[in-house]
Amino acid sequence: MLSIKNLKVNVDGKAILKGIDLEIQAGEVHAIMGPNGSGKSTLANVLAGREGYEVVDGTVTYQGQNLLELAPELRARSGVFLAFQYPVEIPGVSNVYLLKAAVNAVRKHRGLDELDAMDFLALVREKMKLVKMDEQFLYRAVNEGFSGGEKKRNEILQMALLEPALGILDETDSGLDIDALKIVSDGVNALRSKDRALVLVTHYQRLLDYVVPDRVHVLAHGRIVKSGDRGLALELEQKGYGWIETQAAAL
Amino acid sequence: MNAVMQAHQHYAAEFERVESVLAGAASPWLRELRRNALAVFVERGFPTARDEDWKYTRTAAIEKRAFSCVPAAAAPLNAQRLQQVLHTEFAAHRIVIVDGRYRPEWSQLDGLPAGVRVTALAAALSDESSGVRTALGKAVNIQRHPFAALNTAFIDDGVFIALQKGAVLDQPVQIVFVASAAQGGHATHPRVVVAADEHSRATLIERFVALDEAVYFTNAVTEVVLGDHASVELCRLQEESAKAFHISGVFVTQGRASRFTSHAISLGALLARDDIDVQLAAPGVECTLNGLYMAGGRQHADTHSRVDHLQPHGTSHEFYKGVLDGHGRGVFNGKVIVHPDAQKTDARQRNENLLLSDDAEADTKPELEIYADDVKCAHGATVGQLDADSVFYLRSRGMDEAAARSLLTYAFASEIIERVPVPAIRAYLQQAVLARLPGGPAIEEFL
Repeated sequence: MLSIKNLKVNVDGKAILKGIDLEIQAGEVHAIMGPNGSGKSTLANVLAGREGYEVVDGTVTYQGQNLLELAPELRARSGVFLAFQYPVEIPGVSNVYLLKAAVNAVRKHRGLDELDAMDFLALVREKMKLVKMDEQFLYRAVNEGFSGGEKKRNEILQMALLEPALGILDETDSGLDIDALKIVSDGVNALRSKDRALVLVTHYQRLLDYVVPDRVHVLAHGRIVKSGDRGLALELEQKGYGWIETQAAAL
Repeated sequence: MNAVMQAHQHYAAEFERVESVLAGAASPWLRELRRNALAVFVERGFPTARDEDWKYTRTAAIEKRAFSCVPAAAAPLNAQRLQQVLHTEFAAHRIVIVDGRYRPEWSQLDGLPAGVRVTALAAALSDESSGVRTALGKAVNIQRHPFAALNTAFIDDGVFIALQKGAVLDQPVQIVFVASAAQGGHATHPRVVVAADEHSRATLIERFVALDEAVYFTNAVTEVVLGDHASVELCRLQEESAKAFHISGVFVTQGRASRFTSHAISLGALLARDDIDVQLAAPGVECTLNGLYMAGGRQHADTHSRVDHLQPHGTSHEFYKGVLDGHGRGVFNGKVIVHPDAQKTDARQRNENLLLSDDAEADTKPELEIYADDVKCAHGATVGQLDADSVFYLRSRGMDEAAARSLLTYAFASEIIERVPVPAIRAYLQQAVLARLPGGPAIEEFL
């Protein structure tokens, strides 16, 4: 599904990712953990195509194509989804508008008919149940005045509607209380499937109590310094990131 | 020097040519009003770069063209085109002025409620019993506004609306100024006079439209006098020819506890300058001024507002937005003067500008002069570009870049359009804004 080889990325001339190698297969859930400033969010943003990141070396292959040469919208239509760490508020654009435009852009790309208003509403209502969102959120401006938890649920709702092949969740657990975390996790779990790969970018392991990953990678100083199974996350929870950083610094 | 003299001489000479055929030319009071206004204009002259109020807007192109003030000869009209631009769905009542001349065959003034009179201005000027004399020029400051002086010198046709005490106009009245191809090379000086007596209420729509891409000059003045507790809502849509020059002044005087609301949408013309000048002349007055200007290509759109708080407990809220693209330039100047007697004034002003291209420009200047001590005044002005995070967010959801940018621009403009009280006009404006955006068609289908 996704193959990252020796990916090196600069931001404002400064090396942030210093050679990432990662292989992700369909059906797998990978967690990428690491201390602040380790490059986790940079990796998520580079995969989604955000501007301001300079790829200086390496390749990213997604479903056999060079992901890095695709515009962000083409990545989205090809099934790459980024759940934002900080979902953007867009006054004047209703949530239902964005959802409908997004769903139909993806459907069109896949050669499917665009959904009419009735079919779309039926679909969105069903998916909203997944994240326990009230219908009123459809008619509010995108993320405007939403609480932190509501914004994150809205991201998962978008993912549920777009049915991506690769979902990247950037710090989706940050700022959530335990109830919201539970709802978001249930939503993510419902989206696990053998055809879909998920990448959970997170600082804390508590999300992984609810969404149990197949693989855990630890990022420090722009490199993956350790990979393992869920046990690695628990070990980090106990010991903190200090020992990993010391190891990484020694490399 | 010579060029300036010539420009004045041109308009003075035009005045000589047409004075005797202007409406009500035989009335001494009108002759005096016109001649006095011409003298003010000739004395004052076209604005220059030294005029602070005209710092960003050059009128040399208007001077140079020496537009004819002799009414354009009536040419055959494309009736189908005209029917389209009238937008009869906007309002039940309609008064249509083509190339400066009232056209009853296109107007619809049947069924006006009791106490409401809507007539062509030329007819009212020729009829001493019309009552227009008491209203005409009362709210207009021709000393401060050279083009209002010019308009007054050439007062001829337009619209006179008189609302008697307690009269309620339950349906909006639409005034449509149409410029046909015959208007090329000509100037018109349309005048709208609204006298809204105590406790009367009305929604008025003023539109400036063109049937052709002619080069012409519209120099419009609208004056509104609101009696105590009167309420007037004015929607202005400026969609002149892309080669036209449009200068307008809206002058308002408000009585006690009256309410005036304006929505000024400026989309057309090569050069547009709109002044709105409101006198809160009695206690407890509410004034709301909203506006949207869009300028692309080489368009220039200038809005100057002036709000005088003269008496206590007045509220003024201004909210203007500009969308500038290509080499388009937007100017906003908002002057608010809180006079010594205007205690408990609440004056707010906001101006936001969106630059869509590197060559677009916005100049914004709030000017507050406060001479009372117990007042609330706030102002804010911004000039910015589309938020990159928002563009990326939309693209990451599958929307292409042009559509994402257009959607965000549309959302920006919507905040003003949503305030327009007439649903049919809101729907029309949404389309009009989308039509000006490169990704408009792509986003339209989901709205």
